[in-house]
Amino acid sequence: MAIKTAICSMIAACWRVFARPSVHYSLGFLTLGGFIAGVLFWGGFNTALEATNTEAFCISCHEMRDNPYEELKQTIHFTNRSGVRASCPDCHVPHQWTDKIARKMQASKEVWGKIFRTIDTREKFLDKRRELAGHEWDRLKANNSLECRNCHSAESMDITKQTPRAAKLHETFLFTGEKTCIDCHKGIAHRLPDMTGVEPGWTASAIK
Amino acid sequence: MKRILFAALVLAAAVPALVTGVVAADGQPGPRVSSGPHPITLDVPAEVTNREIVDDVKRVRNYADQPPLIPHAIRDYQIDLNINKCLTCHDRRNTEGSQAPMVSVTHFQDRDGQTLGTVSPRRYFCTQCHVPQTDAKPIVGNRFRDFDAVLGAGPAKEGAK
Repeated sequence: MAIKTAICSMIAACWRVFARPSVHYSLGFLTLGGFIAGVLFWGGFNTALEATNTEAFCISCHEMRDNPYEELKQTIHFTNRSGVRASCPDCHVPHQWTDKIARKMQASKEVWGKIFRTIDTREKFLDKRRELAGHEWDRLKANNSLECRNCHSAESMDITKQTPRAAKLHETFLFTGEKTCIDCHKGIAHRLPDMTGVEPGWTASAIK
Repeated sequence: MKRILFAALVLAAAVPALVTGVVAADGQPGPRVSSGPHPITLDVPAEVTNREIVDDVKRVRNYADQPPLIPHAIRDYQIDLNINKCLTCHDRRNTEGSQAPMVSVTHFQDRDGQTLGTVSPRRYFCTQCHVPQTDAKPIVGNRFRDFDAVLGAGPAKEGAK
Protein backbone atom coordinates (compact mmCIF):
# COMPACT_ATOMS: atom_id res chain seq x y z
CA MET A 1 0.00 0.00 0.00
CA ALA A 2 2.76 2.38 1.02
CA ILE A 3 4.60 1.75 -2.24
CA LYS A 4 1.50 2.44 -4.29
CA THR A 5 0.95 5.78 -2.54
CA ALA A 6 4.61 6.72 -3.05
CA ILE A 7 4.42 6.01 -6.78
CA CYS A 8 1.19 7.99 -7.08
CA SER A 9 2.66 11.00 -5.33
CA MET A 10 5.79 10.80 -7.53
CA ILE A 11 3.69 10.81 -10.72
CA ALA A 12 1.69 13.74 -9.33
CA ALA A 13 4.93 15.66 -8.62
CA CYS A 14 6.23 15.00 -12.14
CA TRP A 15 2.96 16.13 -13.66
CA ARG A 16 3.07 19.38 -11.64
CA VAL A 17 6.53 20.14 -13.08
CA PHE A 18 5.49 19.09 -16.58
CA ALA A 19 2.26 21.12 -16.54
CA ARG A 20 3.85 24.36 -15.37
CA PRO A 21 7.62 24.04 -15.90
CA SER A 22 8.29 27.76 -15.72
CA VAL A 23 7.27 27.76 -12.04
CA HIS A 24 10.05 25.29 -11.27
CA TYR A 25 12.78 26.13 -13.82
CA SER A 26 14.11 29.39 -15.13
CA LEU A 27 12.93 30.56 -18.53
CA GLY A 28 16.53 30.66 -19.79
CA PHE A 29 17.08 27.04 -18.81
CA LEU A 30 13.87 25.94 -20.50
CA THR A 31 14.58 27.87 -23.69
CA LEU A 32 18.15 26.69 -23.98
CA GLY A 33 17.28 23.16 -22.87
CA GLY A 34 14.43 23.01 -25.36
CA PHE A 35 16.70 24.22 -28.11
CA ILE A 36 19.40 21.66 -27.36
CA ALA A 37 16.87 18.87 -26.99
CA GLY A 38 15.36 19.92 -30.31
CA VAL A 39 18.72 19.83 -32.06
CA LEU A 40 19.51 16.41 -30.59
CA PHE A 41 16.12 15.00 -31.52
CA TRP A 42 16.11 16.40 -35.03
CA GLY A 43 19.71 15.42 -35.66
CA GLY A 44 19.08 11.91 -34.40
CA PHE A 45 15.93 11.54 -36.45
CA ASN A 46 17.57 12.70 -39.63
CA THR A 47 20.65 10.57 -39.05
CA ALA A 48 18.48 7.50 -38.58
CA LEU A 49 16.44 8.45 -41.64
CA GLU A 50 19.52 8.86 -43.79
CA ALA A 51 20.92 5.57 -42.49
CA THR A 52 17.85 3.83 -43.88
CA ASN A 53 18.45 5.67 -47.13
CA THR A 54 21.66 3.91 -48.10
CA GLU A 55 22.28 0.98 -50.35
CA ALA A 56 24.07 -0.83 -47.51
CA PHE A 57 20.82 -0.69 -45.54
CA CYS A 58 18.74 -1.91 -48.49
CA ILE A 59 20.90 -4.94 -49.15
CA SER A 60 21.27 -5.81 -45.48
CA CYS A 61 18.18 -7.96 -46.13
CA HIS A 62 18.82 -11.01 -48.29
CA GLU A 63 15.62 -10.41 -50.24
CA MET A 64 17.06 -7.26 -51.76
CA ARG A 65 20.69 -8.41 -51.86
CA ASP A 66 20.02 -11.65 -53.75
CA ASN A 67 17.36 -10.44 -56.16
CA PRO A 68 17.15 -6.82 -57.32
CA TYR A 69 20.71 -5.93 -56.34
CA GLU A 70 22.25 -8.89 -58.17
CA GLU A 71 20.30 -7.92 -61.28
CA LEU A 72 21.21 -4.26 -60.99
CA LYS A 73 24.90 -5.13 -61.04
CA GLN A 74 24.65 -6.34 -64.65
CA THR A 75 23.03 -3.21 -65.96
CA ILE A 76 24.29 0.13 -67.18
CA HIS A 77 23.05 1.83 -64.03
CA PHE A 78 25.70 -0.06 -62.10
CA THR A 79 28.57 -0.69 -64.50
CA ASN A 80 29.42 1.68 -67.33
CA ARG A 81 32.24 3.61 -68.98
CA SER A 82 32.15 6.70 -66.75
CA GLY A 83 31.80 4.89 -63.44
CA VAL A 84 28.85 6.98 -62.29
CA ARG A 85 26.26 4.69 -60.82
CA ALA A 86 22.83 4.77 -59.28
CA SER A 87 22.28 3.19 -55.89
CA CYS A 88 18.93 1.87 -54.68
CA PRO A 89 17.62 5.06 -53.00
CA ASP A 90 18.58 7.19 -56.02
CA CYS A 91 15.69 5.65 -57.94
CA HIS A 92 13.42 4.33 -55.22
CA VAL A 93 13.34 7.18 -52.69
CA PRO A 94 12.34 10.76 -53.55
CA HIS A 95 14.96 13.38 -52.70
CA GLN A 96 12.57 16.02 -51.38
CA TRP A 97 11.87 15.80 -47.69
CA THR A 98 8.06 15.62 -47.68
CA ASP A 99 7.96 13.09 -50.51
CA LYS A 100 10.70 11.14 -48.81
CA ILE A 101 8.78 10.93 -45.54
CA ALA A 102 5.66 9.85 -47.42
CA ARG A 103 7.63 7.10 -49.16
CA LYS A 104 9.22 6.04 -45.87
CA MET A 105 5.79 5.69 -44.31
CA GLN A 106 4.70 3.53 -47.23
CA ALA A 107 7.84 1.49 -46.76
CA SER A 108 6.63 0.34 -43.35
CA LYS A 109 4.72 -2.23 -45.38
CA GLU A 110 8.08 -3.61 -46.41
CA VAL A 111 8.96 -4.18 -42.76
CA TRP A 112 5.71 -6.12 -42.50
CA GLY A 113 6.73 -8.15 -45.52
CA LYS A 114 10.12 -8.85 -44.02
CA ILE A 115 8.64 -10.05 -40.72
CA PHE A 116 6.06 -12.28 -42.39
CA ARG A 117 8.49 -13.49 -45.08
CA THR A 118 6.48 -12.38 -48.08
CA ILE A 119 9.38 -12.73 -50.51
CA ASP A 120 12.01 -14.62 -48.55
CA THR A 121 12.70 -17.14 -51.32
CA ARG A 122 13.52 -16.60 -54.98
CA GLU A 123 10.27 -18.33 -55.97
CA LYS A 124 8.12 -16.12 -53.76
CA PHE A 125 9.94 -13.07 -55.08
CA LEU A 126 9.33 -14.05 -58.71
CA ASP A 127 5.68 -14.78 -57.99
CA LYS A 128 5.20 -11.35 -56.49
CA ARG A 129 7.44 -9.48 -58.89
CA ARG A 130 4.75 -8.28 -61.27
CA GLU A 131 2.81 -6.73 -58.40
CA LEU A 132 5.89 -5.11 -56.86
CA ALA A 133 7.13 -3.81 -60.21
CA GLY A 134 3.62 -2.48 -60.85
CA HIS A 135 3.83 -0.38 -57.70
CA GLU A 136 7.05 1.21 -58.87
CA TRP A 137 5.70 1.85 -62.38
CA ASP A 138 2.62 3.50 -60.88
CA ARG A 139 4.70 5.60 -58.53
CA LEU A 140 7.03 6.84 -61.28
CA LYS A 141 4.14 7.41 -63.62
CA ALA A 142 2.38 9.50 -60.97
CA ASN A 143 5.39 11.70 -60.21
CA ASN A 144 6.39 12.10 -63.87
CA SER A 145 9.47 9.90 -63.45
CA LEU A 146 10.91 12.24 -60.85
CA GLU A 147 13.67 9.86 -59.80
CA CYS A 148 14.84 9.41 -63.40
CA ARG A 149 14.81 13.16 -63.91
CA ASN A 150 16.90 13.78 -60.80
CA CYS A 151 19.81 12.78 -63.07
CA HIS A 152 18.44 12.73 -66.63
CA SER A 153 16.98 16.09 -67.56
CA ALA A 154 15.21 16.63 -70.84
CA GLU A 155 16.77 20.11 -71.09
CA SER A 156 20.30 18.74 -70.96
CA MET A 157 19.58 15.94 -73.37
CA ASP A 158 21.51 16.50 -76.59
CA ILE A 159 19.54 14.43 -79.04
CA THR A 160 22.11 14.98 -81.78
CA LYS A 161 24.36 12.73 -79.72
CA GLN A 162 21.73 10.03 -79.64
CA THR A 163 21.09 7.46 -82.31
CA PRO A 164 18.48 8.63 -84.80
CA ARG A 165 16.08 6.06 -83.41
CA ALA A 166 16.36 7.33 -79.84
CA ALA A 167 16.29 10.98 -80.93
CA LYS A 168 13.10 10.47 -82.92
CA LEU A 169 11.29 8.76 -80.07
CA HIS A 170 12.38 11.31 -77.49
CA GLU A 171 11.21 14.11 -79.76
CA THR A 172 7.89 12.45 -80.36
CA PHE A 173 7.05 11.31 -76.87
CA LEU A 174 9.27 12.87 -74.21
CA PHE A 175 9.62 16.50 -75.32
CA THR A 176 5.94 16.78 -76.09
CA GLY A 177 5.15 15.55 -72.59
CA GLU A 178 2.98 12.85 -74.06
CA LYS A 179 4.89 10.15 -72.21
CA THR A 180 7.16 10.01 -69.23
CA CYS A 181 10.41 8.04 -68.88
CA ILE A 182 8.90 4.96 -67.23
CA ASP A 183 6.33 4.49 -70.00
CA CYS A 184 9.08 3.23 -72.30
CA HIS A 185 12.02 2.52 -70.02
CA LYS A 186 10.73 -0.31 -67.88
CA GLY A 187 13.09 -2.98 -66.62
CA ILE A 188 16.23 -0.96 -67.21
CA ALA A 189 17.79 -1.75 -63.85
CA HIS A 190 16.10 -5.04 -62.99
CA ARG A 191 14.71 -8.02 -64.88
CA LEU A 192 11.12 -7.74 -66.00
CA PRO A 193 8.21 -9.85 -64.78
CA ASP A 194 5.68 -11.44 -67.14
CA MET A 195 4.78 -8.47 -69.35
CA THR A 196 1.61 -9.89 -70.84
CA GLY A 197 -0.81 -7.02 -71.14
CA VAL A 198 1.76 -4.29 -70.55
CA GLU A 199 2.21 -2.42 -73.80
CA PRO A 200 5.45 -0.55 -74.45
CA GLY A 201 5.04 3.21 -74.21
CA TRP A 202 5.31 3.83 -77.94
CA THR A 203 2.54 1.35 -78.66
CA ALA A 204 0.01 1.96 -75.91
CA SER A 205 -1.40 5.06 -77.65
CA ALA A 206 -1.29 3.60 -81.16
CA ILE A 207 -3.20 0.38 -80.45
CA LYS A 208 -6.91 0.94 -80.27
CA MET B 1 71.29 -46.78 -46.95
CA LYS B 2 67.58 -46.32 -46.60
CA ARG B 3 68.01 -42.58 -46.35
CA ILE B 4 70.03 -42.40 -49.58
CA LEU B 5 67.45 -44.49 -51.38
CA PHE B 6 64.69 -42.18 -50.17
CA ALA B 7 66.59 -39.09 -51.31
CA ALA B 8 67.10 -40.66 -54.73
CA LEU B 9 63.41 -41.41 -55.01
CA VAL B 10 62.44 -37.87 -54.08
CA LEU B 11 64.86 -36.49 -56.67
CA ALA B 12 63.52 -38.82 -59.33
CA ALA B 13 59.99 -37.68 -58.56
CA ALA B 14 60.94 -34.01 -58.67
CA VAL B 15 62.93 -34.01 -61.90
CA PRO B 16 60.00 -34.05 -64.38
CA ALA B 17 58.37 -31.16 -62.54
CA LEU B 18 61.61 -29.18 -62.59
CA VAL B 19 62.11 -29.87 -66.27
CA THR B 20 58.60 -28.75 -67.23
CA GLY B 21 59.02 -25.68 -65.08
CA VAL B 22 62.21 -24.77 -66.90
CA VAL B 23 60.68 -25.50 -70.28
CA ALA B 24 57.67 -23.33 -69.54
CA ALA B 25 59.84 -20.50 -68.31
CA ASP B 26 61.96 -20.72 -71.45
CA GLY B 27 58.90 -20.30 -73.62
CA GLN B 28 59.42 -23.77 -75.09
CA PRO B 29 56.41 -25.60 -76.40
CA GLY B 30 54.37 -26.49 -73.33
CA PRO B 31 50.67 -27.18 -73.04
CA ARG B 32 48.85 -24.93 -75.47
CA VAL B 33 45.36 -23.68 -75.94
CA SER B 34 44.10 -23.69 -79.44
CA SER B 35 43.10 -20.04 -79.36
CA GLY B 36 46.55 -18.61 -78.76
CA PRO B 37 50.18 -19.37 -79.51
CA HIS B 38 51.31 -19.37 -75.91
CA PRO B 39 51.71 -21.78 -73.00
CA ILE B 40 48.54 -21.79 -70.93
CA THR B 41 50.53 -20.91 -67.84
CA LEU B 42 51.67 -17.61 -69.33
CA ASP B 43 49.76 -14.43 -68.60
CA VAL B 44 49.16 -12.46 -71.75
CA PRO B 45 47.55 -9.03 -71.96
CA ALA B 46 43.87 -9.11 -72.83
CA GLU B 47 42.97 -8.34 -76.41
CA VAL B 48 41.48 -4.96 -77.16
CA THR B 49 37.73 -4.95 -76.66
CA ASN B 50 36.12 -3.82 -79.87
CA ARG B 51 33.31 -1.34 -80.02
CA GLU B 52 29.80 -2.29 -80.92
CA ILE B 53 28.43 -0.83 -84.12
CA VAL B 54 25.32 1.07 -83.07
CA ASP B 55 24.78 3.51 -85.93
CA ASP B 56 21.28 2.32 -86.87
CA VAL B 57 22.36 1.82 -90.50
CA LYS B 58 21.12 -1.33 -92.19
CA ARG B 59 23.93 -3.53 -93.54
CA VAL B 60 23.86 -5.28 -96.88
CA ARG B 61 23.02 -8.97 -96.73
CA ASN B 62 25.61 -11.19 -98.33
CA TYR B 63 22.95 -13.62 -99.51
CA ALA B 64 19.19 -13.43 -99.67
CA ASP B 65 18.53 -15.69 -96.69
CA GLN B 66 21.00 -14.03 -94.38
CA PRO B 67 19.42 -12.95 -91.11
CA PRO B 68 19.77 -9.17 -91.04
CA LEU B 69 22.34 -7.84 -88.58
CA ILE B 70 21.34 -5.76 -85.57
CA PRO B 71 22.66 -2.20 -86.04
CA HIS B 72 21.87 -0.99 -82.52
CA ALA B 73 22.89 -1.74 -78.95
CA ILE B 74 21.12 -4.68 -77.35
CA ARG B 75 22.75 -4.58 -73.96
CA ASP B 76 20.50 -6.02 -71.23
CA TYR B 77 17.80 -6.95 -73.74
CA GLN B 78 15.70 -9.54 -72.00
CA ILE B 79 14.49 -12.43 -74.14
CA ASP B 80 12.80 -15.01 -71.96
CA LEU B 81 9.45 -16.39 -70.88
CA ASN B 82 8.45 -13.04 -69.38
CA ILE B 83 9.24 -10.70 -72.24
CA ASN B 84 11.01 -10.44 -75.57
CA LYS B 85 12.53 -6.98 -75.62
CA CYS B 86 13.19 -7.12 -79.37
CA LEU B 87 9.51 -7.68 -80.09
CA THR B 88 8.50 -4.60 -78.12
CA CYS B 89 9.62 -2.74 -81.26
CA HIS B 90 9.73 -5.30 -84.06
CA ASP B 91 6.42 -7.04 -83.37
CA ARG B 92 3.63 -6.26 -85.82
CA ARG B 93 1.62 -4.33 -83.23
CA ASN B 94 4.50 -2.11 -82.17
CA THR B 95 6.08 -0.92 -85.40
CA GLU B 96 4.00 2.22 -85.80
CA GLY B 97 5.29 3.72 -82.60
CA SER B 98 8.82 2.42 -82.89
CA GLN B 99 9.25 2.77 -86.69
CA ALA B 100 11.31 -0.41 -86.55
CA PRO B 101 11.15 -3.03 -89.33
CA MET B 102 8.57 -5.69 -88.61
CA VAL B 103 9.76 -9.25 -88.16
CA SER B 104 9.47 -11.09 -91.44
CA VAL B 105 6.31 -13.13 -91.97
CA THR B 106 8.47 -16.23 -92.30
CA HIS B 107 8.80 -15.97 -88.53
CA PHE B 108 5.08 -16.55 -88.14
CA GLN B 109 5.27 -20.06 -89.56
CA ASP B 110 5.63 -23.04 -87.32
CA ARG B 111 7.65 -26.06 -88.40
CA ASP B 112 4.69 -27.52 -90.29
CA GLY B 113 4.39 -24.43 -92.42
CA GLN B 114 1.23 -23.27 -90.65
CA THR B 115 1.13 -19.49 -90.41
CA LEU B 116 0.32 -18.33 -86.90
CA GLY B 117 -1.02 -14.99 -85.72
CA THR B 118 2.25 -13.96 -84.15
CA VAL B 119 5.89 -14.96 -83.97
CA SER B 120 6.27 -18.72 -83.84
CA PRO B 121 7.89 -20.13 -80.69
CA ARG B 122 10.74 -21.58 -82.74
CA ARG B 123 11.63 -18.07 -83.93
CA TYR B 124 11.28 -16.46 -80.51
CA PHE B 125 14.94 -16.28 -79.57
CA CYS B 126 16.09 -13.54 -81.91
CA THR B 127 19.78 -13.60 -81.08
CA GLN B 128 20.09 -17.20 -82.23
CA CYS B 129 20.31 -15.76 -85.74
CA HIS B 130 20.39 -11.97 -85.48
CA VAL B 131 23.53 -10.51 -84.00
CA PRO B 132 25.08 -7.08 -83.54
CA GLN B 133 28.53 -6.41 -84.99
CA THR B 134 31.70 -4.88 -83.60
CA ASP B 135 34.40 -3.00 -85.46
CA ALA B 136 36.85 -5.90 -84.97
CA LYS B 137 39.02 -6.78 -87.94
CA PRO B 138 38.56 -10.38 -89.10
CA ILE B 139 41.28 -12.66 -87.73
CA VAL B 140 41.38 -14.75 -90.87
CA GLY B 141 40.82 -13.68 -94.46
CA ASN B 142 37.60 -14.36 -96.28
CA ARG B 143 37.27 -14.94 -99.98
CA PHE B 144 33.49 -15.08 -100.00
CA ARG B 145 31.95 -13.61 -103.12
CA ASP B 146 28.28 -12.95 -103.32
CA PHE B 147 25.92 -14.40 -105.88
CA ASP B 148 26.21 -11.55 -108.36
CA ALA B 149 29.99 -11.55 -108.23
CA VAL B 150 30.09 -15.29 -108.91
CA LEU B 151 27.84 -14.89 -111.94
CA GLY B 152 29.86 -11.93 -113.07
CA ALA B 153 26.71 -9.83 -113.25
CA GLY B 154 27.42 -7.35 -110.51
CA PRO B 155 30.64 -5.50 -109.75
CA ALA B 156 33.43 -7.97 -108.96
CA LYS B 157 33.77 -8.02 -105.22
CA GLU B 158 36.59 -9.60 -103.25
CA GLY B 159 35.59 -10.50 -99.72
CA ALA B 160 32.33 -9.84 -98.03
CA LYS B 161 31.71 -7.13 -95.56
